Amino acid sequence: MSEEGKNTGVFICTSCGIKDCIDTSGLVKIAEEAVRFGNCIEQANLCHPEGIEVIKKSITDGKLNKVLIAACSPRAKTEEFRFNPDVQIERVNLREQVVGSHEPGDEDTQMLAEDMMRMSLAKLENTHLPTPFIPDKASEEILVLGGGISGITAATEGARAGYKITLVEREEKAGGWLNDLYKQIPMQSPWTRPQDPILAPALEALHQEKNISLLTNTEIIDISGQPGAFCVRMSRGGEEISKTVGAIVLATGWEPYDPSGVANLGYKDHTDVISSVEFEKTAGKGSFKRPSDGKPVKNVLFVQCAGSRDKDHLPYCSSVCCGTSLKQAQYVREANPDANVFIIYKDIRMPGMSENYYLEVQKDSRIFLTKGEVAGIIAEDDQLLVNIKDSLVYSDMDIAADLVVLAVGMTPRNSEDLKLSYKQGPGLPTLKYDFPDSHFICFPYETRRTGIYAAGSVRAPLTVSDSMEDAGGAMLKAIQCVEATKRGEAVHPRAGDQSYPELYMQRCTDCKRCTEECPFGAYDETEKGTPLPNPSRCRRCGICMGSCPERVISFKDFSIQSVSAMIKAIEVPDEFEEKPRVLVFLCENDAYPAFDMAGMKGLKYSPFVRIIPVRCIGSVNKIWISDALSRGFDGIMQIGCKPGDDYQCHFIQGSELTETRGENLQETLQTMMLEPERIRTEFIEIDEFDKIPALINDYMEEIELIGPNPFKDM
Amino acid sequence: MEEKEQNSYQVFPGSKKILVVGGGISGMTTAIEAAEVGYEVVLVEKEEYLGGHAIEMNQYFPKLCPPYCGMEINFRRIKQNSRIKVLTGTQLKAVEGEEGNFEVNLITAPRFVNDKCTLCGDCTTVCPEERKNSFNQDMDFTKAIYLPHDLAFPALYTIDVDACRGESCNKCVEVCNYHAIDLKAKPIETSLEVGSVVYATGWKAYDANKLDSLLYGQHPDVITSLMMERLAAPNGPTAGMIQCPSDGRAPEKIAFVQCAGSRDHNHLAYCSGVCCSASMKQALNLAEVLPDAKISIHYIDLRVTGRNEAFLNRVEENKSIALLKGKVASILKDSDGGLKLMAEDVLSGKKKIYTADLVVLATGIIPSGIITDNFSVQSDYENPAELPAGMYLAGCAGKPLDISASLKQATGVALKAIASLKTADK
Repeated sequence: MSEEGKNTGVFICTSCGIKDCIDTSGLVKIAEEAVRFGNCIEQANLCHPEGIEVIKKSITDGKLNKVLIAACSPRAKTEEFRFNPDVQIERVNLREQVVGSHEPGDEDTQMLAEDMMRMSLAKLENTHLPTPFIPDKASEEILVLGGGISGITAATEGARAGYKITLVEREEKAGGWLNDLYKQIPMQSPWTRPQDPILAPALEALHQEKNISLLTNTEIIDISGQPGAFCVRMSRGGEEISKTVGAIVLATGWEPYDPSGVANLGYKDHTDVISSVEFEKTAGKGSFKRPSDGKPVKNVLFVQCAGSRDKDHLPYCSSVCCGTSLKQAQYVREANPDANVFIIYKDIRMPGMSENYYLEVQKDSRIFLTKGEVAGIIAEDDQLLVNIKDSLVYSDMDIAADLVVLAVGMTPRNSEDLKLSYKQGPGLPTLKYDFPDSHFICFPYETRRTGIYAAGSVRAPLTVSDSMEDAGGAMLKAIQCVEATKRGEAVHPRAGDQSYPELYMQRCTDCKRCTEECPFGAYDETEKGTPLPNPSRCRRCGICMGSCPERVISFKDFSIQSVSAMIKAIEVPDEFEEKPRVLVFLCENDAYPAFDMAGMKGLKYSPFVRIIPVRCIGSVNKIWISDALSRGFDGIMQIGCKPGDDYQCHFIQGSELTETRGENLQETLQTMMLEPERIRTEFIEIDEFDKIPALINDYMEEIELIGPNPFKDM
Repeated sequence: MEEKEQNSYQVFPGSKKILVVGGGISGMTTAIEAAEVGYEVVLVEKEEYLGGHAIEMNQYFPKLCPPYCGMEINFRRIKQNSRIKVLTGTQLKAVEGEEGNFEVNLITAPRFVNDKCTLCGDCTTVCPEERKNSFNQDMDFTKAIYLPHDLAFPALYTIDVDACRGESCNKCVEVCNYHAIDLKAKPIETSLEVGSVVYATGWKAYDANKLDSLLYGQHPDVITSLMMERLAAPNGPTAGMIQCPSDGRAPEKIAFVQCAGSRDHNHLAYCSGVCCSASMKQALNLAEVLPDAKISIHYIDLRVTGRNEAFLNRVEENKSIALLKGKVASILKDSDGGLKLMAEDVLSGKKKIYTADLVVLATGIIPSGIITDNFSVQSDYENPAELPAGMYLAGCAGKPLDISASLKQATGVALKAIASLKTADK
């Protein structure tokens, strides 16, 4: 039998212990009853070329557009089971999550496998292949905000890769802080001599690229829209310019930390205590003079970590100040061969090849370096007396200096310079120390505003050479976003996903949960509070779907309806059968692979659980939970990635939201007169597969203690 | 193959491919990032699995999170992106040509196990031979046919040709229900036209045997950072139990020797950049696993830059961990069989003696380098090779970097590799 557009093929693999573990004819029976048009085939070694051939032939002969493969985890044999892109594929994970984790030949194992077959059939019935969202005339142009070395490098490298770039600088000329540099710490082998700033050659390279338009004296008025169609309004010396761009690189750089508040360093009290930034500006102009009276200086003392690495001031290390002071010490010695330099540090941090420069500076016997803490600075006999505690030499000593230079740290410029007209605010959300990033180890360019990537010292304190490297990466991500948007695909972490949230507005009550809870600020709002989705800002996590009390939001291949249908498909035995049922919402990213690994290792857990994988634990909607409870499920587990400061949630806030929504769920339980233990939220890490049996079985024991759900027989 | 092309994602018409040599975290990053823009990439790795040293880590600093978490996402990105072709067991043999037009020759060693493998593991049950488990720093054994590690990608068994008895044994071939093993497999040579080449050949640990005074190789309880990483890992040789290799007892005093080979003119003059954070990470883990143990970190400078300061604070606040400034000059066997560390306490200026029953040498890192038939790349950070246009170094092939910095650098290299393809178009 066949009907155009509604033909489903079901293929059940009998290998990998499946046939030994369960009676596959039971699955065939279920499939044959459910599938009106199509076929159901049992096949050994389904992933082998002969098996693949069987599927392909059925797809062609039976004009199949939906294929269900009951075999191994969707994480396995992904390439083998990839067919014509017009065919929707659903996988039933029999190998890892049935054979691997449950007793063979057991009635309960069979019931589990049969329920999994029903759930997948229901999902296939209720989902569709996505049709991509592509903005009209998606722009390929890229805006780089900030014309310092990071912005210049990003623009140049983007243009070399063939993209049109607009580089915006608020000052009269590009170059940023590099305009003030006399020399910079060495960038290349042998890393022993300070070099001329890289700015001049970088600007030359910039000007060679025809595809870059540099707008100086220009500031952002506001930015609206979404990747592929950001609308940027700018003011160029008062004149308004508008531009549509596809993606944005934020390279607005840093500001020096103001050491006025660090009382023991006397920046406010003494004219001859200056910051390293101020000192740099006086370099290369002959001998150094005291700001107070213009007398030449002989003894200069550098204070490292002036405010940095200090919980009361700038808690982090600015990474570049050690190198800066070593370089400035050399300036002093070059200008006056009789000068003495003292550098007081906590640690000298010259990591990697920059150590070579540190070694070089140490060769100068008139540059004295010592670990120590500056306790105070007083003026005495026309000099500054710097009191130092806990040095390597003495526990307490005073050094007389003509000039004290404070090596001040770097603070990121506020990303609100972007002036985003987003519902969630004008800047990029930050994780720590005002640095706009999220998964900074594994996915360092990931920001929470899709299509906007931070580069250089606006994201972390970086040296000139590190900023330049960083800029290339941010530009690559911007280009990638432009190209993905043109294809109607999501960017990381669901790269390639063409589904996007669709809103059934008639039911929307303007409650604003979606606009507030989206971790990526994908929704704007009308004045009334009605959500205005921006699909190419969306990262497809489904958190908005989980937040919506009115079930307004759905994806073509993941919806309230599809999951509800899966829950409905599960057979819930009555209480006399003594077969409790626990529904598990399992995050696809870390928890699901952990369950797979448990299965591969043969770790066994209760066969009474029924697993529904979700894109993010934050995508779980309350309605599924209350549906399941009223159907008689005895317990509900939500298993997600680790929340907290060191969160591992790939969508940043999913796990955290699950915790806060938990209170709401308890209200639901109260209304239903059910015990609070009927819902449990757990977080596991991907390598904690060995903890899974205990995690599941302990909960099953608890559920058995509180007894069956009274809704079972209703 | 035909199916894959039919299914292929849209690629830029007429564009050449990018070759990435090295499938560690940097090479994977360059490959994935370029492929997600829309370019075709061939990623070659000499081992039979991707992930390099990063996937050997128990945890990443400063979050103390498992590498599998990010790796899983990256493997998913590779699996679902048909623009990336992964060749494991493969090395670069020769490169000719110029930017935009390189002709490369690759050689793929036989894995002896094909895509039909279903990870059932029957082969390991019958295999009579063992090999040292290189994934666990040779601290335990696997069979000659083995799965490299739990999350191995590609998810296939592999055979160590040096350990396997070959066709005279044939037990694995006979037991395999899936016809997945072919002991007759031969190396395959492939030639390829690519537009740019990225070397992400990574790093190796400085040979601790060269550090004469530190007793490595002479006392089993002196181990390297990489060994500590595997000892601490739940999927390591001891399932995460920390044991002294000499007798299996839980150590009571553990000392980390920083700059073991780094910042030392007799060995590596430079700072390897990552060892301070690596030891702190391991120390925090030990403090949790062995709450009664006393842990010391002997350092010259604590080089934990940027945001990782909060991580250093966490170590400073931990009562089990002592941070001691002063380089360890030598390690001696104590009369009771334990270890004695001779160190200079810089703060007091005195020579000090510390005892320990497990010593971890935070060994520095050196580039793995690469030698092909017609040229070689970077075997020394101090004297970086000048690469011709269209060729790039990514990650620790170029300089010592931590995971996050490697990823940033490798992402930037993807852009340069793409620009090289455009050069050819002009």
